[in-house]
Amino acid sequence: MSEKRDGLFARAEEVLSLFRRGAEFTQDLIKENERLRLQVAHFEAQNLAASDDVQWEKLRQALIARIENLEGEKQDILDRLNQVEGENRHFAERYLEIEEENNNLASLYVASYQLHSTLDLSEVIKIVVEIVINLIGAEVFAIYVLDERTEVLTPVAAEGREIADFPPCQLGQGMVGVAVASGETQCGDAAGPGQPEHPLVCVPLRVQERPIGAIAIHKLLQQKDGFTPLDHELFTLLGGHAATAVFAARLYSQSERKLNTIQGFIDLLTK
Amino acid sequence: MARHRILIVEDSPTMRQLLVFALKRLKEVDIVEAQDGMDGLRKVSSDHFDLALIDINMPVMDGLKLISLIRGEDNLRAMPIIVITTEGAQEDRERAIALGANEYLAKPIQANRVLRLAQSLLKAE
Repeated sequence: MSEKRDGLFARAEEVLSLFRRGAEFTQDLIKENERLRLQVAHFEAQNLAASDDVQWEKLRQALIARIENLEGEKQDILDRLNQVEGENRHFAERYLEIEEENNNLASLYVASYQLHSTLDLSEVIKIVVEIVINLIGAEVFAIYVLDERTEVLTPVAAEGREIADFPPCQLGQGMVGVAVASGETQCGDAAGPGQPEHPLVCVPLRVQERPIGAIAIHKLLQQKDGFTPLDHELFTLLGGHAATAVFAARLYSQSERKLNTIQGFIDLLTK
Repeated sequence: MARHRILIVEDSPTMRQLLVFALKRLKEVDIVEAQDGMDGLRKVSSDHFDLALIDINMPVMDGLKLISLIRGEDNLRAMPIIVITTEGAQEDRERAIALGANEYLAKPIQANRVLRLAQSLLKAE
């Protein structure tokens, strides 16, 4: 009895499932029919517009307006692209300029730091020589120091030639003497004879208005074509900082000597 | 990423400081300085370096001698070397390259050029 009832329920379930699938299929058919009807209505409207001159003209005008609008938008985008590209170029150029400026500042900082790293006069002169060779790129040059009592500029260091090849000169005389007396950097003729009296450039070393000495550059390294803006910055830096360093080292050396003399005198008195 | 070790062999403290300034812009580097060729040889023999910058004109031992000694050592043969010198003549360049230098820069140097060469040699290593 129970088996018969289970069989009936199973059959009923199968029939119900069949009806459900049939209902789903009908729903799909209705949807597809709706879609096709809308499409037919759309095509009919287009056909109507195409067949009616007024409707067609409206459609044409609308399309032209849309194209003009899109053209305008395209032009705006192209203008903005050009603007952004221009800005990028400008930023790239600025980046290079800043990088160069940064390198130049590093060179100036290193030169300045080294010049004031010692109070030993011979060390200071050695550092000036290093700066002129390595940072400026000079092959032949001399460094002069002024004797304030005699007003004679005497070479204390030279590169590329013997120091004896650079004769001492009187303050205010010759290119070196004039540069030191006036405090103005003197530029010679690059195609000149290259004699000790005719340097390419002469940089006076001064502490405020007090003349200290000069750097006379006669020849640049063969790979160096000429002076760069950084070289001129270095000339300005050397003109002030090298002079201060030489002046401080000389004062320190004098005070050391005096201190030793006084100490010796005190020792003599107290013994 | 492992840190790179760079050796600067240069007798001028000014140049050494300038090179350190330039190379410090590279990320993850340790910079060691040597003040002449002999000092450089001692340091390169006792420690590992990924790059060496060597001056030519130095007291005690010059840069060319140092390069030839470095290239004579099996374990140092592959270490990239940049020569930085005042000698700008073509024959000096050819001599240094023939001895085993990878790049040759004549003074006065541009810091960004040193930086780019160092970057490319460290990448290629």
